[in-house]
Amino acid sequence: MSELQVEHVNVYYGTNHVLKDISMAIAPNTVTALIGPSGCGKSTFLRLFNRMNDLIDDFRYDGRILLQGQNIYASDVAVEELRKRVGMVFQRPNPFPKSIYDNVTYGLLLQGVRDRAVLDHAVEHSLRQAALWDEVKGDLRKSALALSGGQQQRLCIARVLAVAPHILLMDEPASALDPISTAKIEELIHELKQQYTILIVTHNMQQAGRVSDKTGFFNYGQLIEYDDTRTIFTQPHHEQTQNYITGRFG
Amino acid sequence: MNSMARNRLADRIFRVVGLLATLLGLLLLAIFLWGLLRTGLGRLSGQFLSSLPSRFPERAGIYTALLGTVWIMVLTALLAVPLGVAAGVYLEEYGRKRRWAALLEINITNLAGVPSVIYGLLGLEVFVRFLRLGSSVLAAASTLALLILPILIVATREAIRAVPRSLREASLALGATRWQTIWYQVLPASAGGILTGIILALSRAVGETAPLLVIGVLAYVPFAPSQPLDEFSALPVQIFNWISRPQHEFGVNAAAAIIVLLVITFGLNGVAIYLRNRWRQQLP
Ligand SMILES: Nc1ncnc2c1ncn2[C@@H]1O[C@H](COP(=O)(O)OP(=O)(O)OP(=O)(O)O)[C@@H](O)[C@H]1O
Ligand SMILES: [Mg+2]
Repeated sequence: MSELQVEHVNVYYGTNHVLKDISMAIAPNTVTALIGPSGCGKSTFLRLFNRMNDLIDDFRYDGRILLQGQNIYASDVAVEELRKRVGMVFQRPNPFPKSIYDNVTYGLLLQGVRDRAVLDHAVEHSLRQAALWDEVKGDLRKSALALSGGQQQRLCIARVLAVAPHILLMDEPASALDPISTAKIEELIHELKQQYTILIVTHNMQQAGRVSDKTGFFNYGQLIEYDDTRTIFTQPHHEQTQNYITGRFG
Repeated sequence: MNSMARNRLADRIFRVVGLLATLLGLLLLAIFLWGLLRTGLGRLSGQFLSSLPSRFPERAGIYTALLGTVWIMVLTALLAVPLGVAAGVYLEEYGRKRRWAALLEINITNLAGVPSVIYGLLGLEVFVRFLRLGSSVLAAASTLALLILPILIVATREAIRAVPRSLREASLALGATRWQTIWYQVLPASAGGILTGIILALSRAVGETAPLLVIGVLAYVPFAPSQPLDEFSALPVQIFNWISRPQHEFGVNAAAAIIVLLVITFGLNGVAIYLRNRWRQQLP
């Protein structure tokens, strides 16, 4: 069974029709890359899965999105519970202006976890998973804002992992980072695939090729092509896709 | 003359005019302070601060008025701060899309501009007469609380609005409810701005004279208030009373009392500026 099932989804911002009749099935423990020119609706699509678009005043949608068979937009779904299962990493690192420790434990505190031993364990475990432990273990009380951009982004990943979601949404997680930090994040994605289902938006074709199993190409709000990453990059079925990945537009 | 040279000339003229305007303001303030200090500084003493009011200017002090001012400051803060901050948070976080909230917003901005005498009349009717609080500390503090409520609401909303959207999104995306996000992220991040607003509002309240006169606050009260329903005096009322007397010595007393009042308000403003700077440095 697929982890995520998108069925005929349309999204509007006011009268602006930004996603048009999108259908897609995503298998568990895969990495799916979402590519396409700027403004084609990748972020909007990604933010459907943790209902972050709900915060936008004139957001409207129709269609269905099923997470393990359950419609996440059904009226009896608690958005907070959904967001614990579907974690998100943003384009710009956005740590809380608190200590490293407090950043990682935030999600657990929200759930009422107060046991010191549990929190300590979660902090070490998540920071190790996010490949940040060795760099910060000496001073977990340091302000997160004192970390480098790449470290901050890995902290944001650790913060999400601490909540133990099933799905990770990443919106250009490495676009603000240098090549070394980017490589670390890509390595991380490989590791995390064992336990998580990952959706990643990227403008970097090489990155999409390196990290993903499946790739979806969006243009003007439509899902033009969705297939194995290898197929998309070697023999795409649509000329638009071919043009985009070879850099002829977008 | 080409347009570049003209722009540069206009720029220079503007700078000179701006400088003159600033200097004029500072000069007037300096003259005022100089006159005040020359008249009043000699009268300031421990005796002046700790004496009760009296018919004899040289024996009179501001003890009861000073304590009265401290009382209304604390009580006004206790009444206005929770209400103002809560209303600001509600309007900014929950009421933004509602039509009546827009209506409220216009009215609150207008209320901030209503002359303080009007608040005094409202306080007289509602607190002094209808609720039978008399000319007590509580009645005065309630009136001043109403007066600064709009300022607090506006300051709270502005401080909250300055919190970056990314902070909220980070919190919500981790499964926080709206209220958890406000409590753990938005309020701490805007605390500096809110606190600055509170202090500026309080320093405004401390200097208000008209509403206190309207609700009948006395100049001659021979004891310091010991509970909220006591009658009391306050510095601005004492100053007003002394200034309106013919004897020169009372004028000296007034100048000395004004210095005390100015120290309080400048002190409060100084704290506000300090907090604002510290808060600015902390933002990411
Ligand atoms: N909050 C919003 N309100 C109204 N319209 C929006 C909003 N956010 C995005 N849009 C519009 O929706 C469309 C898709 O935007 P989206 O951010 O999903 O694109 P994107 O593919 O992520 O682009 P980029 O690669 O530049 O991040 C754009 O036309 C954009 O103008
Ligand atoms: Mg985007």
